[in-house]
Amino acid sequence: MILDKKHALQRKLFREFAENEFTKELQDELEATGEFNWDIHNKMAKYGFMGTKIPEVYGGQGGDYLSYAIMDEELARQNLCLSIYANTSNSLGGGPLMIAGSEEQKQKYLPPVASGEKILVFGLTEPGAGSDAGGTTTTAIPDGDDFIINGRKCFISGAPVADWIIIFAKTDLTKKGSRGISMFIVDMNLPGVSLGAHEKKMGIKGYPTCDVVFEDVRIPKENLIGPLHKGFQYAMKTLDGGRLGVAAMSVGLGQACIDEAVKYAKERKQFGRPIADFQGVSFMIADMEAEIEAARQLVYHAAVLKDAGDPEAGLACSKAKYFAAEAANRAAYKAVQIHGGYGYIAEYRVERLYRDARILSIFEGTSQIQQVVIANGLLK
Amino acid sequence: MKIIVTVKQVPDTSGKVAVNADGTLDRASMQTIINPDDLNAVEAALSLKDEYGYKVVVFTMGPAPAEGMLRELMAMGVDETVLVSARQFGGSDTYATSQILAAAIDTYGFDDEDIIMAGRQAIDGDTAQVGPQIAEKLHLPQVTYAGDIKKDGKVLTVKRMLEDGYMTIKVKTPCMITCIKELNEPRYMTVNGTVKCWDMPLTVMDYEALKDHELIDATTIGLKGSPTNIYKSFTPPQKGVGMMLEGSGKETTDKLVGILTAKHII
Repeated sequence: MILDKKHALQRKLFREFAENEFTKELQDELEATGEFNWDIHNKMAKYGFMGTKIPEVYGGQGGDYLSYAIMDEELARQNLCLSIYANTSNSLGGGPLMIAGSEEQKQKYLPPVASGEKILVFGLTEPGAGSDAGGTTTTAIPDGDDFIINGRKCFISGAPVADWIIIFAKTDLTKKGSRGISMFIVDMNLPGVSLGAHEKKMGIKGYPTCDVVFEDVRIPKENLIGPLHKGFQYAMKTLDGGRLGVAAMSVGLGQACIDEAVKYAKERKQFGRPIADFQGVSFMIADMEAEIEAARQLVYHAAVLKDAGDPEAGLACSKAKYFAAEAANRAAYKAVQIHGGYGYIAEYRVERLYRDARILSIFEGTSQIQQVVIANGLLK
Repeated sequence: MKIIVTVKQVPDTSGKVAVNADGTLDRASMQTIINPDDLNAVEAALSLKDEYGYKVVVFTMGPAPAEGMLRELMAMGVDETVLVSARQFGGSDTYATSQILAAAIDTYGFDDEDIIMAGRQAIDGDTAQVGPQIAEKLHLPQVTYAGDIKKDGKVLTVKRMLEDGYMTIKVKTPCMITCIKELNEPRYMTVNGTVKCWDMPLTVMDYEALKDHELIDATTIGLKGSPTNIYKSFTPPQKGVGMMLEGSGKETTDKLVGILTAKHII
C-alpha cells in the first residue's frame, strides 16, 4: 500500500521523533531500572502522541487507525517499550470509552488521557482468566447507588503509574462464562485499591506491570461503561483495536531486526569477507524482509478496514496480529543468529529485541487465540 | 502582528549531489530537506508566537513540490504559507532571489510591529546573502547571526554570535533577523498538525502576481538575469567519519576499547 500524503507525513514525524529522542542512554536506563520515564512520556504527550487516534472533540489529535498503526510501528522500530507508552491511551485505555462510553464519560475522561496528563490502563486478565476472559471472578455487586468491587487483576501493564483503570467484573453471578460481565472505570486512588509487586519481566522493562487488587472498593454507578452485563463484547471490540497496535509494533520490531542484521552482516568479516557475502546469511535477511513487508501490508490493510468500519476489520486485525507477531519472533531469532555469539551479549541491540519480541505473540491475545478467531471466521 | 519567515528547500547533502549540464543543482533527482538554519528561524518565530501571539507566515521560492515542505511547516505550527513559484524565477542567484522574495513580501504587506526572519545561510549555496539582501531591498534594518532574541514592545534585543564573541544589538521593528542553529532546537510537527495542515492556507504567487512590482526587473531575474553564474559544481571526495571521545580517565579508555572491540578492530 502506498501511503497518502497525510500518513506519509505522520510517518516522517514518528520516525524523526523516535530516532532522535529514544536515545541509547534512555533505552539503557529503562532496561536497567524498569522504571517508567516521565520525561519521555511528557515529551510524547506534548506532540500529541497519547491522543493520536482520539477524536479532536475529546481533546485528541483526530488521526485514524492507520495513523495509530504507523505510530506504533515507527516507535517500536526504535524501542518496543516506548511504543507502549503512546499506545495505551489510544487503544486499550481510551478504546473502551470511545466504543461504549456515554458522552459525559467521554468528556470527563478522554481529554486528560489524550493530553497525557492522566494515565488510563486496562484490566481484563486475572490469575485464572487469561485467554479465557470469560473466567472472570472479580465481582461488582450493586449497593444503593454504588457498586462494590472485589477481586484481583494481574499482569496489568502500566498499573503502577495509572490514575484510572478500566476493569471487567461479574455483575450477574447467575450467568456463566462471558455473560453477565460489565465494564467499569475505577479511580486507582480509591480506598481498597492496592498494587502487587512489580513483575520482573523478560522484556519491555521500562513499562511497569503488576497486579491490582480490589477489596470492597466502592464506585458510583456513573462509572459503569456501556450497558450492564454486556461488558464482555466491548472487551473483545477493544481488543480488536489493540491487536492492530500490537501487530504494528511487531512490524516495527521486525524492521529493527532487519536494520541491525543488515548493518552487522556488512560489517562482520569471517573467512576474509563480510558475512553478508554468504548465502546462509543473506537468505536469512531475505526471509526477514519478505515476511516483515508482508506483515506491514496486513497491518495497513487491517487499519484501512477499521477506518472504513468494515465488518471484516476485526478478523483482519487478528490475521495481522498473528502473522506479524510470529514474523517478528522469527526475525528476532534470525537477527541474533546472524550476530552469532555477539547477539547473545546484552551490549548488542538484538539481544534486547529478541527478549522484547517474545511478548508480541502473547499479549492482547496469544497467537493461538488469534488462530481460534481466524478459524472460527471460516468454520462457524 | 506577524512574523514572516523565508525558508528554502535544499538538497539533502548527506545523500548524493547531482549537477545539471549548466552547473546548477539537479534538484529533481535529489532528496530534499528544509534548510536547517531556516528551521531555527521558524522555531524562533513559533516561540515568539507562543509567547506574544504573533501570526507566523512562511515564504519560500521554489518549484511546486515545495508545497510538501510548506505543509510540514504548518504541521509544526506555522499559520500560513506563500509559495513564490514561476518558470521565470528558476535558476535565480541570490541577487535575483532576494529581489523576487522582497517583492513578494512587500506585496503581501508588513506593518510596524512585524518581524522578518531567515536562516543564516542555506546548506546548498552557503552564501548567507538572501536574508540581508531582502532587508536592503525593503529598506529594513537587519541583524544577522542571531543567537538569542528578546522582545520589548517594538524593540528587539538580539544577541549576535560572532566568531570571537558576541554583540548585543537593539533594533526597532519592522526588521530582518537572520538566525543560527545555536538559537534553539526546532520542534517537531504535532500529530494534529499533520492532520490539519492540508486544509491550511497556502497561496501561490507567480510571475503574473509580481511582475508589476517596482522591485521586479525582468532582465535581472531567473538564470539569464542573474549576475553570478556557476562555473562548475562537483562533489568533494568523502572524508572518513571521525569520532571524538571526551575525558582523560579510565572510563574514556574503556569506552574506546569497547568501541574498537565492537567493530572487531581489536
